[in-house]
Amino acid sequence: MADTHAHKLEIFRGLIKFKSNTQKIWGVLIFLSIVTAIEVVLGIYKPEILMGHLMGMKILNWIFIILTIVKAYYITWDFMHMRDEVAALRRMVVWTGVFLICYLVFILLQEGGYVGSVLTNGFVKSDF
Amino acid sequence: MNTTVVDTGTDEKTWGGGNKPLNASYGKLMMWFFITSDALTFSGFLASYGFSRFKFADIWPIADNVFTHVPFIHGNYPMIFVAFMTFILIMSSVTMVLAVDAGHKMDKSRTTIYMFLTVIGGLIFLSSQAYEWTTFIKGEYGAVGTHSGNIIQFVDTDGNRVALKDFAVAEEKQRVVHESKSGLWFIKEGTLPTYTVEEVIAGFEANQNLLVKTTYIDEATGHKTILSRNESLKELKTKGKNVVEGANLIQNEYGPPLFANYFFFITGFHGFHVSIGVLLNIIIFFNVILGTYERRGSYEMVEKVGLYWHFVDLVWVFVFTFFYLV
Repeated sequence: MADTHAHKLEIFRGLIKFKSNTQKIWGVLIFLSIVTAIEVVLGIYKPEILMGHLMGMKILNWIFIILTIVKAYYITWDFMHMRDEVAALRRMVVWTGVFLICYLVFILLQEGGYVGSVLTNGFVKSDF
Repeated sequence: MNTTVVDTGTDEKTWGGGNKPLNASYGKLMMWFFITSDALTFSGFLASYGFSRFKFADIWPIADNVFTHVPFIHGNYPMIFVAFMTFILIMSSVTMVLAVDAGHKMDKSRTTIYMFLTVIGGLIFLSSQAYEWTTFIKGEYGAVGTHSGNIIQFVDTDGNRVALKDFAVAEEKQRVVHESKSGLWFIKEGTLPTYTVEEVIAGFEANQNLLVKTTYIDEATGHKTILSRNESLKELKTKGKNVVEGANLIQNEYGPPLFANYFFFITGFHGFHVSIGVLLNIIIFFNVILGTYERRGSYEMVEKVGLYWHFVDLVWVFVFTFFYLV
């Protein structure tokens, strides 16, 4: 257990370095709250400038997804102490998940878009 | 742990046994493996939600029009309540990680306090979710379902939603709920809607300022399409089949049936995880009070349950994005 006492205390690649683990926890909380606040404000006001499409999705939605992954990163790395684990454990958990999830999401969204286009463009009446 | 490993006398070799390449205990490692597999389960659900959303891209409800309620306050406040729920869950994650930190320092009293706060946070989240479900199931405005299972909603000329009860003309009715004791004993019937389609149509014709809001998204504005008065009448009379109030697994007043189904299933499955988490936290809380970990000399159990609790928070971050934001 003694080895887990050593926490890595810097976030943002060393831009901010905390004095203690407790301080880091509060720092990460503030950061996560700010990110959530940005999401909520964007979600309520939906700025017109972000409504354009980029790679099949609204720019706003891309921003939401990226901010979500940022939040997920800090929850995993600092709250779940992934930052302090050895690289092998980190990779075993993260890469497995990332690879399988990306694969599944790609297949299902691709297929969903196709089925949707059949419904709207095909010769089947779906609204009556 | 070392007592269970047979010493082969080859400690200096990597594969000789006895070394811990991942530098984590068995329990922690197993918790990580469980979390990975559970993450795949949740991503399976969310990805299938994405499938249906891409399939019904043009008729999927806009979250801001559905989740607009805040307890004790009337009016239209999208996002506010879910943002509150998210904050509660992140906050309880923070108290959890503080409990883990206090556990590392073998500080029994602080661990106790932080575990208690974590449990409270979990309970607040669960009650918020109960409220969210209740308002979702109850519905607010009511709608008319079409033969194809689509939804027709009603707005006034300013585009504000109008509830069925504000305009439907109540007529004398013969139809009552069928009960097995008063008719065919092998047939059941759910609650009847307050109004019939005929009453809604009569009320719609009587009120000149009413229009139909379809489930189709207008590409230009990003809002749902509102029909003209003549088109509205035609839409309602040719397509209208039944009155839908609130939401269940068969139909809901917000959009395609799948929308409510996914909502119930995914937030329900997440809520189930939170309930289990609260239960585990309570067990750990009492163990801390009883001094179990003090005697054991290690508070690692707090850390392992903490991992699970953070994972639940992590899942909510994604649910929040894909149900309420995107």
